[in-house]
Amino acid sequence: MSVGRTLAVVLGSSLLLGAGQLSAAPTATMLGDTCAGCHGTDGASTGPATPNIAGLSETYFTDTMLAFKSGERPSTVMGRIAKGYPEEEIKLMAGFFAKMPIAITQQKTDAAKVAAGEKLYPKSCSKCHDENGTLADDDSGIMASQWLPYLQYSMEDFKAGSREMAKKMKKKVDKLSDDELEALLQFFASQQ
Amino acid sequence: MNKINRRNFIKIVGGASAISAIGFPAIAAAGGKKQVVIVGGGVGGATAAKYIRRADSSVEVTLIEPNEHYYTCFMSNEVLGGDRKLDSLKFGYDGLRKHGVTVVQDTVTAIDAKGRKVTTKGGKSFNYDRCIVAPGISFRDNIEGYDAAAAERFPHAWKAGAQTALLRNQLEAMPDGGTVLIAPPPNPFRCPPGPYERACQIAHYLKNHKPKSKIVIYDSKDKFSKQGLFTQAWERHYPGMIEWKKAADTGGGIMRVDAKAGTVSTDFDDMKVAVANIIPAQKAGTIAEVAGLTDDSGWCPITGSTFESTLHKGIHVVGDAAIQSPLPKSGYAANSEAKVVAAAVVDLVNGREPGTPSWVNTCYSVVAPDDGISVAMVYNLVDGKVAKVEGSGGLTPMDSSPADRKREVQYAYSWFNNITHDIFN
Repeated sequence: MSVGRTLAVVLGSSLLLGAGQLSAAPTATMLGDTCAGCHGTDGASTGPATPNIAGLSETYFTDTMLAFKSGERPSTVMGRIAKGYPEEEIKLMAGFFAKMPIAITQQKTDAAKVAAGEKLYPKSCSKCHDENGTLADDDSGIMASQWLPYLQYSMEDFKAGSREMAKKMKKKVDKLSDDELEALLQFFASQQ
Repeated sequence: MNKINRRNFIKIVGGASAISAIGFPAIAAAGGKKQVVIVGGGVGGATAAKYIRRADSSVEVTLIEPNEHYYTCFMSNEVLGGDRKLDSLKFGYDGLRKHGVTVVQDTVTAIDAKGRKVTTKGGKSFNYDRCIVAPGISFRDNIEGYDAAAAERFPHAWKAGAQTALLRNQLEAMPDGGTVLIAPPPNPFRCPPGPYERACQIAHYLKNHKPKSKIVIYDSKDKFSKQGLFTQAWERHYPGMIEWKKAADTGGGIMRVDAKAGTVSTDFDDMKVAVANIIPAQKAGTIAEVAGLTDDSGWCPITGSTFESTLHKGIHVVGDAAIQSPLPKSGYAANSEAKVVAAAVVDLVNGREPGTPSWVNTCYSVVAPDDGISVAMVYNLVDGKVAKVEGSGGLTPMDSSPADRKREVQYAYSWFNNITHDIFN
């Protein structure tokens, strides 16, 4: 092999892997550990607002990060950070957090609102956020014990139209008053 | 390139075991229990200790720290502003002990890189396979007259704890209509947005309690971190209260203090103000210099991939003391660096090649009770050096909505809770 050809091969492979970088992707643990500063060790957030990401389904985690990265989903800081990771690394992180048990939080909720939410839940949310929001179905986040301010921010964004709701969710949300929505969020936040 | 390839990796590890075999036959004979000694129990040191134990509980980790408690420097500006109590910044080491870390309250006086041994003021010595040095910062003598007595008269409050309380007390004692002078340090220094967030927090206190007072910032630089956002916040929340003077306009900022006379001086003026917060220029913590880990810059040169010192093999430097640029000297960066170092150290003591690192940083500043701003960045390793991932990170937009700014405050508090839990629990 001539020097020129060797150089071409080396340059070619380095271009494939990104400018000047020949190292493999970091491990899932290496990547997952970087998130702990904001989302808590292993994705179990101590609150008051940053969401738990422990136990999220791989599909939901990956779709969400890609939506942050493209700007499709609004955010304060997450979009800026999501732009730092190629899809391959996002998938590794997704695998890391999917293996973690979902986090149980202790937070103040309003008992009357929780009770009202509990009544609304079976008809309004249970089809997708089943088992009181503890199940990480493919395309839905974990609602149970999630930090209340985060749930409220999410609902504000959905209602404002800056974050897109799934069609079936929009149909339900449109029928609910602000008080009813708040009651449902309190119900989810209160799950132990 | 600093990347460790298979061949020189074997050379390094081979060399290390050879030293162990000759120097410390006891360790080698004791069934190969690997020893890691960590110097300093701040963000970098404590995080590294915990994450080594999480990755490999067969590694024995000893953390040596002079103080019984650590006060985080981050969020200490809120203590000055009055919205936070100093105690909320205080963390102990019982959480690390639960991870099996041996915590020794003592001061390291020497590190023998050849003999792989750390000695302390208390007369103890500790052998290591790998040493992690995380001493934070110490101050330079760039301001004439700024000695220990002057630091009591004109607190720096750049190492949280007693100094934070002192500055807060001075703010509480000052008369309405007085002037608070802040003298930010030259680059590079711990927490680049810190002095300017501090101006916001002090203004927040003065606005509510001493509204005729003013803040004047005598900078040693001509520009600073998140400048547009801070300037916007000053105008928005504290109109007419905060004046920033760049170095070029004052001949370089504060040059001299006289604690007895109570004056702080530029090259042109001597001033008497109600409160002066003097933050001197910085360098790596003292032990780094004593151990020969610093270069002419006063900071510790390191290899990007593992943060191993380029001056002494077997010693890794994390946090503010390291030359980690483009990573900033911040709490989040120290936490992120420590995890990379922990993973590398576990790999190295087990004879494996360290994996590919990844780092992240986010710095929040609370500029008013419901107004938070941030700067973030993701970093990777390119050609053996820490590099910013192109297209990632950046600042809170200047035109972000009040609702988003309010959320950033709640995320800042969440960050504080989560990172301190991640470090100390």
